[in-house]
Amino acid sequence: MRQMTGARMVVQALKDQGVEVVFGYPGGAVLPIYDEIFQQNDIRHILVRHEQGAVHMAEGYARSTGKPGVALVTSGPGATNAVTGLTDALMDSIPIIVLSGQVPTFMLGTDGFQAADTVGITRPCTKMNWLVKDTARLSETIHQAFHVATHGRPGPVLVDIPKDVQFATATYVPREDSKISHYQPRVRGDAAQIAKLVELMETAERPIFYTGGGVVNSGRAASTLLRDLVRETDFPITSTLMGLGSYPASGKNWLGMLGMHGLYEANLAMHGCDLMINVGARFDDRITGRIKDFSPHSRKVHIDIDPSSINKVVHVDVGIVGDVGQVLEEVLRQWRARGSRTNREALPKWWSQIDQWRAVKCLSYKPSTKTIKPQYALERLEALTKGMDRYITTEVGQHQMWAAQFLGFEEPNRWMTSGGLGTMGYGLPASIGVQVAHPEALVINVAGEASWLMNMQEMGTAMQFRAPVKQFILNNERLGMVRQWQELLHGERYSHSWSESLPDFVKLAEAFGCKGVQVSDPADLDEAIMEMIRYDGPFIMDCRVEKHENCFPMIPSGKPHNEMLLGDADTAGAIGAKGAVLV
Amino acid sequence: MNALNIKRGSSSHSAYDLRDPNGDVIESHTLAVVVANESGVLARVIGLFSGRGYNIESLTVAEVDHEGHLSRITVVTRGTPAVIAQIKAQLERMVPVHEVHDLTSEGPAVQRELALFKVAGKGDARIEALRLAEIFRANVVDSTLESFVFEMTGTPEKIDAFADLMRPLGLREIARTGVAALSRGV
Ligand SMILES: Cc1ncc(C[n+]2csc(CCOP(=O)(O)OP(=O)(O)O)c2C)c(N)n1
Ligand SMILES: [Mg+2]
Repeated sequence: MRQMTGARMVVQALKDQGVEVVFGYPGGAVLPIYDEIFQQNDIRHILVRHEQGAVHMAEGYARSTGKPGVALVTSGPGATNAVTGLTDALMDSIPIIVLSGQVPTFMLGTDGFQAADTVGITRPCTKMNWLVKDTARLSETIHQAFHVATHGRPGPVLVDIPKDVQFATATYVPREDSKISHYQPRVRGDAAQIAKLVELMETAERPIFYTGGGVVNSGRAASTLLRDLVRETDFPITSTLMGLGSYPASGKNWLGMLGMHGLYEANLAMHGCDLMINVGARFDDRITGRIKDFSPHSRKVHIDIDPSSINKVVHVDVGIVGDVGQVLEEVLRQWRARGSRTNREALPKWWSQIDQWRAVKCLSYKPSTKTIKPQYALERLEALTKGMDRYITTEVGQHQMWAAQFLGFEEPNRWMTSGGLGTMGYGLPASIGVQVAHPEALVINVAGEASWLMNMQEMGTAMQFRAPVKQFILNNERLGMVRQWQELLHGERYSHSWSESLPDFVKLAEAFGCKGVQVSDPADLDEAIMEMIRYDGPFIMDCRVEKHENCFPMIPSGKPHNEMLLGDADTAGAIGAKGAVLV
Repeated sequence: MNALNIKRGSSSHSAYDLRDPNGDVIESHTLAVVVANESGVLARVIGLFSGRGYNIESLTVAEVDHEGHLSRITVVTRGTPAVIAQIKAQLERMVPVHEVHDLTSEGPAVQRELALFKVAGKGDARIEALRLAEIFRANVVDSTLESFVFEMTGTPEKIDAFADLMRPLGLREIARTGVAALSRGV
């Protein structure tokens, strides 16, 4: 029987859960917890500059390690500042635990100073949340929070802890003595459903694997199994933005990313396939385009740990509920046991069709010797960092899509981007979270100047905690993605999509005490990138790029996959009135 | 870039559900949702309905297992079969939800609702109200010289029917509990 205060329980429970680092920001309602953090050395605390930063850092930490990330915030404004990060983690299924302070229980509901209905506000943006009103329930609730965040489809959880609950004393319940949670989602796929998939694999003429973030979330083993399956079947494979790296970009069956800004070959293969095997993706609207015309001639199989994902948007022929890793293992086992058969007559024809699409070279762009094309900047970044122990985060916009197109990922957990929510301001704090988890690695945030400004205060965190993150800003002085849409569907009326009065990023770097370089001549680019890589500390690269470049390929909203715009396409009137309504 | 002309796939049927989601039949379904009896759980369930744009026609909730800390929510909702299936799946994946039963599609079920009706009137209308109440097996639970409160238990349709009859006879107020439902048999 271990008696302790609620505040000490918080720290003890985190230790029990194997937590090494907490990203947080103090305030009145969490002072007892901060007092406990002060008196121990097992858990490292990273002081952020804004609670949104803390949550994105926890996300970056989680996505690059596969372990849950933890953030600690105070009541009221501390908690409300965490809302964007929670929503981001919910949309991208990232396991994070946010602990928030709350006014004492006797002041709940009286509009006390820095009181907010935190569980009410965060209910729709958490997988689960709890207000703990009794210290005796605190340790078990925190253990339960870790369980829920990391089991089934991962996601964010929040535990709201009133200050008197932190001060009061009760018995600590260790992790192994905690009540077993009733929440035990199914992880093994139904063998009969898997058998149907195996049969379809044996006869399909034009199969494709369409993979997503679920493969990354399932863990390393899932990626290995996926690679085995692709190699042995010789089926082509594409991935969503979220799933990049599960299958290596250098792999011979790789078609590149699919979706709105996906590759021509990937989207046309999705449109033309006769068997679509969705592995841990969710038929997001960025992927499907116009639902009615989405892959009209295929049988569809969907493997997902979340039963509600199956038949939510697209009706599928075979739904398999389970953990991607476990299901793939069983798929391989059954398929091998039946003789590892595929349709050997049809597959070569499918591949030669795909090779024709590949020959279109959809990522071509007009090179320039005068200005740095953003695509060129990323090609050079890729060439100069290839083979390094490298992690990439991004902000949101054109640069994000170019990064997904031009950077190659060989391993999962190496690519952190805000996919579902599209949160500008995600990349810089996420890069710090990644760097904290991997102190020796090269961590680069591919940023747009506008997104980057949204959480630039976190450069202070990078400096204070010696996180040598590289901020690779593709500066087009535009809200580039917004500008592109205005060009394509709002008659080139560029309403508020450029920024004047941008800061001098080099001076800004100096103001934070780190190093900045501006580059605008393509001839100087390589040297600047090398300087960024070699510099021992945080670095801001202000890479001045072509201001009016558009990101292609592009499937306009509301269009099917086979109505894709390529760089040289005539884009006038490409998006109809119906498409303009969509985002 | 031009469209592809891939011949119809070898699959015999279109894998895609081409039914117009708007044209599909709207059905009413009664769902029984067994949840952990913890604070905020009802709000989470209701938030699912409002957040995803589902309808709630009726909702009841009460603790049914004190030891096990379980409550039962009975919710009547409307939607196309695809929407109903999605509602069920969304409910099932919620952390505090233990079980979900679609009583409308899982076989025969009994549904009951309790309602109170305040009817004010004099003379023939008052006598007629009392006579109809007897036919409907409604009980008088309060009476004054110019009013009755009737209590009735039945299916929602029966309660609707009784309310329709009472309206011209001086119906002032109705209070309804919402539906409680159980599957028939064991
Ligand atoms: C918080 C937030 N606000 C607004 C948007 C809408 N939005 C999407 S991309 C974009 C422009 C991003 O500009 P920048 O970061 O410079 O990237 P670029 O597209 O120029 O590469 C905007 C405003 C968003 N995604 N997130
Ligand atoms: Mg920009």
